Amino acid sequence: MSDAILAALGALFEGVRFLFTHGGPNVIMIAVACAMFWLAIAKGVEPLLLLPIAFGCLLVNLPLSEVMAQGGVLKTLYDFGIGNELFPLLIFVGIGSMTDFSPLLANPKLLLFGAAGQLGIFITLLLALALGFSKEEAVSVAAIGACDGPTVIFVSNMFAGMGKIPTAMVGALAVAAYSYMALVPVIQPPIMRLLTTRKERAVKMPSPKGKVSRAALIAFPIIVTAITGIIAPQGLPLMGMIMLGNFMKVSGVVPRLANASENEIANVATLFLGLAIGGTMAGPQFLTRETLMVFGLGLVAIIIDTVGGLLLGKIWYLLSGGKVNPLVGAAGISAYPMAARLVQNEGQRWNKHNYLLMHAMGANTGGQIGSVMAAAIMLSLLKGLGVI
Amino acid sequence: MDNTIFGLTMLVVGMGGTLASLFFITLVICALTAFFPVRPGKEEEKK
Repeated sequence: MSDAILAALGALFEGVRFLFTHGGPNVIMIAVACAMFWLAIAKGVEPLLLLPIAFGCLLVNLPLSEVMAQGGVLKTLYDFGIGNELFPLLIFVGIGSMTDFSPLLANPKLLLFGAAGQLGIFITLLLALALGFSKEEAVSVAAIGACDGPTVIFVSNMFAGMGKIPTAMVGALAVAAYSYMALVPVIQPPIMRLLTTRKERAVKMPSPKGKVSRAALIAFPIIVTAITGIIAPQGLPLMGMIMLGNFMKVSGVVPRLANASENEIANVATLFLGLAIGGTMAGPQFLTRETLMVFGLGLVAIIIDTVGGLLLGKIWYLLSGGKVNPLVGAAGISAYPMAARLVQNEGQRWNKHNYLLMHAMGANTGGQIGSVMAAAIMLSLLKGLGVI
Repeated sequence: MDNTIFGLTMLVVGMGGTLASLFFITLVICALTAFFPVRPGKEEEKK
């Protein structure tokens, strides 16, 4: 009898024994989860994503946890919506519903800032290859430069599904992408001030006047989807879903579907995606030199994105005879609408009568299209080069 | 394929392709807004 009681007690304390014998990496990851809780709750850093990611991370790192074992709750969620790339695409439908492309249609040239703002993707790809990452890993790391969490998860998970990158890397990439998106207000302003003169930052741009026609707003998502499908079919799911969400919104005839995409569907997908991504952050697999390098390269990607946008802005400033404020170029990334607000704040800091918001919003929505287009082109190139 | 050649190909064709695609979409939007021009806002109509 006493042996049975001791055996039962031993089973109860198995977790504690594991923690003291093999639990070092798990303890570190539980601390990482707590740090993410603090960032999400106390600092408001991307709480919608960081909170469920951190909880998933906590669940998978508790001793002897089986949440990511076959049949475990997080593994089921992962297979259901990450393994087949469903959740990032559902979130994209929601993002499309939330995005207003009117400022871009009022001034279409701003879309070019959305291309310049993707420079970080391709430079980081080169750097990652130079640091010894495989082609598939380098492309996944470079995708952080898209400044777009769902794109990073979509691209990296595709390679994880093929067994070309470790599953734990998807978690590292997702956390890096969302962390740096949240840190855009810290990363961008110093670069803006470094690369522009006081005179350039103070340039006033008249606000676009008038209202974009409803017909143009309705035709836009269809046209962009068709062009993406023809140029880069591998990225059609990404662009198609974002444009579907926008199409439902601007059509005005399916408000229930648009609202559901923007709220219920996006919220449920965000929760499940966050939990499942957190589940990939098991200590022994996550705590590697590559994870640190992913975070370093992610930061480089976003810095170069900003530099690319600002440099195009400076060229435009010169070509226009000083009529374009180069700061608008910094909004050519996908962090919407944060990057646009930063440009507005920075512009007003140097000229109180400066209202750059609408121009910056145009460049910012251009950045959203640009990031998805860059990912789509990258995937199509990989197919063409025989890598996938 | 060698990693350096792969990286440079992706940089040139990828970045170039992104720029060219978005430039093309810009032209299409310009054509679109020519067919469906931006209408003056209420305040401008009053003037």
